[in-house]
Formats: sequence, structure tokens, C-alpha cells
Amino acid sequence: MSGPAKTTRAGGGPPEGQGTDYSGLALNLVGLVAGIAIWWALTAGGAVGLPPPPQVAVRFADVIASGQLFTDIASSLARVLTGFLLGVILAIPVGFVMGWYKVARSLIEPYLQFFRMIPPLAIIPLAIVTMGINETPKIFVIFLASFLASVVATYQGVISVDKTMINAARVLGARDLTIFLRVIIPASTPFILVGVRIGLGSAWATLVAAELIAAQSGLGFRMQQAQLYYDLPTIFVSLITIGILGLAMDRILLVIERRLTVWQERV
Amino acid sequence: MASKPTPKIVFDHVTRRFDLSDNSFIALDRLSLDIADGEFVTVVGPSGCGKSTALNIAAGLLKPSEGTVLVDGKAVEGPGPERGMIFQQYALFPWLTVRQNVEFGLRIKGEEAARRRQIAERFIELVGLSDFADALPKTLSGGMKQRCAIARAYAVDPSILLMDEPFGALDALTRVQLQDQLLDTWSRERRTVMFITHDVDEAVYLANRVIVMAARPGRLKEIIDVPLPYPRTEEIRLSADFMTIRNRVWQAVYHQ
Repeated sequence: MSGPAKTTRAGGGPPEGQGTDYSGLALNLVGLVAGIAIWWALTAGGAVGLPPPPQVAVRFADVIASGQLFTDIASSLARVLTGFLLGVILAIPVGFVMGWYKVARSLIEPYLQFFRMIPPLAIIPLAIVTMGINETPKIFVIFLASFLASVVATYQGVISVDKTMINAARVLGARDLTIFLRVIIPASTPFILVGVRIGLGSAWATLVAAELIAAQSGLGFRMQQAQLYYDLPTIFVSLITIGILGLAMDRILLVIERRLTVWQERV
Repeated sequence: MASKPTPKIVFDHVTRRFDLSDNSFIALDRLSLDIADGEFVTVVGPSGCGKSTALNIAAGLLKPSEGTVLVDGKAVEGPGPERGMIFQQYALFPWLTVRQNVEFGLRIKGEEAARRRQIAERFIELVGLSDFADALPKTLSGGMKQRCAIARAYAVDPSILLMDEPFGALDALTRVQLQDQLLDTWSRERRTVMFITHDVDEAVYLANRVIVMAARPGRLKEIIDVPLPYPRTEEIRLSADFMTIRNRVWQAVYHQ
């Protein structure tokens, strides 16, 4: 995670950093073109049994023209964002409570550590049996995935706030509420944002798997359908879309993270 | 100087024990000490002599196991804005600018914005950080960070400054500069200062009185008066009188 973060930082930095950024970008592009070329070369002879790039491009054009791609994207995004936002919105206060009150920590932590060890996908059978096959089980599983990732980060953030900083606020006359609002929250923001990014990553990963199992629409569902008809171009279209959307969401969060934590000393 | 109307700070048989899993150890053993109003006292001693423990008890961040600390005749129950504290690790809020850091305590006091700004401006200038008022701490050097912390402590107008090895993390040159600046600030904005250090030169250069402590258990060993005039200058730092006092303190610290 720190690798790509560093590249972005150099780009957003002072002007002298831009030269390196452009050459980095150029190399990214070269790598991309080379990758597609290799893909093309391998598939052109039909040796690997996968569709070559033009076939996938045509399918892309088809599903864009028919609007099917956007319907799938919309239903997938709706699920992932609902689950993810619910997860994060619940994770932040729970993480704070766990970090702030020892009693709450001792009560909640065993469950947290336990559920963290269960892959969210393993909950799907239970979720489908108890919640039916509509949207609820999918959103629930995504919610669980992003909640577990974010809550741990938030709680780690709170307990790692520098004690001296809290004492400094205390001797300046701050009471618990002020310390919480003006010290704990800003000091743990970097941790929370990292947790939110990890949460989004696992939400996205969980979404596709959830759709593979039980859905009537969405990118994962489309792949499932394509598999039945041996429709490889559609599978490729879905995979590429899933990758690009995931990457885009992660980049957006990264930009937000940079904005909110410019004050951090970075080594 | 050492007249005795009512002392500003009184340590009255202050003991502090820390409980470990197998045994408890005594960090501070029956410390009794009076500090006069406006006095500059330095506390020096080896690691484990309880000097930081004593300071934290005076700040109200630690509770004594026995005994009490009185400030203006009232027992310390917790931290209060009349006792400002400066930490070795600066403890600035990194997400706030220099100005916002200095205004932090004023916000808590409920001062209105214009007044906050005015007070902050004054103390930022006093420590020579006017050009960096809107800078974030990460852009400042260690010395500048500590000056910002001093301005932040001064801004809430404490009558006592408790300083816990404030220059311990700085290089020797910056340290000497900050010592002079601190004395300069202190002479213009007189406060009672209790200053912890393990640097014997620093202890003598700054203080009216040097409190020497001993370790295991942490306790008061000796109080050495420093009858050198203020303002303290390089001349004083290099004088024979200074050397004599310095040697006495050295003996007291290292030959325990």
C-alpha cells in the first residue's frame, strides 16, 4: 500500500518532483501497452483459448451501447456503497468506544478477533438461509467485511494516540470531551482512513463473490451468466470493469486521505 | 530572594509508589520542598530519581501515594491552567498550525476569536516565531517546536511553568540558545518555574536554586543556592563562580 502512495505524493509535491512523475507515468503506459500486446500475441493464434483484445473491445462497445454495462455497474455499486458506508459508519464509533473505554474493549474485542478470522464469504450460506436471496444478505456480508476492517483500524488509532499529547491538552485545561473531539479524533484520522481504504477493498472483493452466488444483476452476476454460455469476452469485460472501478474508488479515497492528513510527518 | 511569605508550591512529604506485577517500587520517597513565587528552580539527578514523577504530581497528571502538593496553599487535585507544562517531546498538535497550537488553551478557556488571536500573536512574537505563525509543526526544527510549545504554555497565562527536560532532545547549540531565550522570556513574563534536567550546566545556568535528587528510592539529596545575578550571560557561564557551583552540583549528583 505504501508503494503507490509514495508515487502519488511525489506528484502532488513541489515542481521538481514532476519530472520523475511524468517518466513514471510514461513507464506505466509502456507497461500497459506491452501487457495488451502480450495478451494479443498469446491469444491471436487461439493457443490459449482466451479472447483477443479486439473481441473484448467489441463486447465492451456492445454492452455500453445496450446500456447493460451501466445497469450492472449501478447495481453492483449500489450494493457495495450501501454495505461499505453502513460498515464504516458503525465501525468508527465502535472503534472509538473500544479505544476509549477499557471495559468496552474487553467486552467487544474477543468477538471482533473471532469474526475477523472468518472470511465474510463464509457467512454467505448463513446469510442466505436467514435473510433470503434478495439484497439483504449481500449487503450484510459487504457490511460485515468493511466493518471488521475499519473497526480494528479505528481502535488501533485511538489507543496509539500519543499520551503526551493528551497530557498536553489536559494541562491546557481540556476535559474529556474536548480531548476526545480535539485530540483523539484528529490524531486517529490517519489510522481511520487507512482502515476505510482496507474496508473498501474487502467490500469490493466480497461484493463480486456475493453476486457470483446469488444475484439477478451486477458485474459478478453477469460473469456467472457468461460462464454458463461459455461467453469469455463478457467475462473479460466484467473483470476489467471490476478492476477499474476498484482502482478508481481506491484512488479517490487516497486523495481524500492525503487531503485530510497533510499535517502528518512523513519519513 | 528566598524570603518566606507563602511559598507558591509546597511538596509535603510526597511519596509515589508504582505497583509492578511482583513488587512495588518507590519512585519518590517523602519529598518535601518549598518553591517561592517567581522563583526559577531546576531539579537535577540521575535516571530514576523521581524528578519527572515529582513534576507530574505537581502538574496533577499523577496522584501521590502519600503526602500532598499545595499550589497557592490549595492541594492539587488535577491539572489546571494555572500550571503550564512543557514536555521534552514538545507534544504539539501536528494538525494545527503554530498559531492554532498557541490558541488551543485559549479556545478551551472560551476566549473570543479576536482576543485569542491577539494573545497568540503576542506570545508567538515573544518566542520569535512570527514568521512561522501559519506553519504546521512538521515544517519546524526541534528548537522551533519547543519555542512554540513554550508560547502555547504561556498563552493561557499560568502562574507556574513545569518543564520536563524541555531541551533534552535538542543539540547543544540550540539548547544554549533556548536557555538564554527562556531566561529572557522569564525575566519579562515572570513565572514560577520548576525545570527538570539531567544537564548539570543547564541546571546551574538557569536557576535560583538547584534541587539535587538521588535515585533508588527517588528522594531529595541536596539544595544548592545559585547566587549569580540575572541576566545570566556568557560571561557568567564562563566565570569561576559558575564553575565552583557547577562542581558542587556535579559532586552532589554523581557521588551518591
